Amino acid sequence: MANEEVKLLGAWASPFSCRVENALKLKGVKYEFIEEDLQNKSPLLLQSNPVHKKIPVLIHNGKPIAESLVIIEYIDETWDGYPILPKDPYERAVARFWAKFLDEKCLPALWKACWCTEEEKEKNVEEALGVLKILENELKNKKFFGGNTINMVDIAANFIGYWFGVVQEALGIKLANAESFPALHNYMNEYVKCSHIKEHLPPREKLVGFFRARVQATSSS
Amino acid sequence: GVKYEHKEDDLWNKSDLLLKLNPVHKKIPVLVHNGKPVCESLVAVQYIDEVWKDRSPLLPSRPFDRAHARFWADYIDQKVYQLGKKVTRAKGVVHEAGKKEFIECLKLLEGELGDRPYFGGDTFGYVDVALVPFYSRFGAYETFGNFSIEAECPKLVAWAKRCMDRESVSKSLPDQRKVIEHVTRVRKLEGVES
Repeated sequence: MANEEVKLLGAWASPFSCRVENALKLKGVKYEFIEEDLQNKSPLLLQSNPVHKKIPVLIHNGKPIAESLVIIEYIDETWDGYPILPKDPYERAVARFWAKFLDEKCLPALWKACWCTEEEKEKNVEEALGVLKILENELKNKKFFGGNTINMVDIAANFIGYWFGVVQEALGIKLANAESFPALHNYMNEYVKCSHIKEHLPPREKLVGFFRARVQATSSS
Repeated sequence: GVKYEHKEDDLWNKSDLLLKLNPVHKKIPVLVHNGKPVCESLVAVQYIDEVWKDRSPLLPSRPFDRAHARFWADYIDQKVYQLGKKVTRAKGVVHEAGKKEFIECLKLLEGELGDRPYFGGDTFGYVDVALVPFYSRFGAYETFGNFSIEAECPKLVAWAKRCMDRESVSKSLPDQRKVIEHVTRVRKLEGVES
């Protein structure tokens, strides 16, 4: 049984930080959230994650764990309650595969397509549509990546389920329309309705405002 | 001690079987167990550890130690191959900068190893499995990077040799000279002068 001093070094607007909060809240773990100023990182953060110097970092009874997917597996192994990973080894392997795909291929491709310059747009949008097609295929006939209920992949997919729509709104663009990506659009609708997720997402207007401010900051620099 | 069949795939002419089993990445390795494919090497290693859990556990038993192992395996996955490619397949400024970063990466790993026999502590474990295959490439890194890994990271090389004393490792890893020949061919194809 786990016992408790749980701190999370995070940032409210970060999907990676939010993943960990989602996992902690699913398990009913009490924790202290410490908002990090990413332009001025605290000594605690630099000491807790000297390799990457990034959030999120979970500190459990003084011991730090970094990398959001590593943290989520730790949370699942440490606390009982909602099963974040399936029990069957093959299904666990499939879940880990998709979580890795989201992190290593999807997020970077979508992020680049949203924020790149005009010259790079064509190539980056093509890459983004490529990864979205793969996700579209995986989500056909499924409500969530985890089936009828969410699992680790859905927690990892919060960028797809929520942030992607928010960033596009802030930028005034639309990369993937509902006609070409019906399963994805359905996923995004279900995502924000899901009780295990919707209460743990940052408020939409506040997040749109955050990204709009970023757009202005980059265009005026 | 799991019995398996090894199928060598030609990466310049991928088999239909590979493309069917790994349609997302179209890459090796793919483990096929009772007809079901598992892709991504570290995902497959964890799968093997969980299915054949009564033999030589690779991951530690305590959640914090497991998280620590996963963190370092992830670091190795993200850094060693990509930085190593800059050492063997890049030119000029990219090559020089890549070499510097690569050596720093190895030194960080050497620091993490410390004075322990293995990354897993007293026993060979998950992080050792993640890193030791790159030992086959050390000859190539040294040849095309023009530096000595042993001079920069003696403890890491000692660790690698310790791992190679294990039959399961030495029988799985390709010969360093063969890897140098392979990298030489790739460099010619990509037009990289040595």
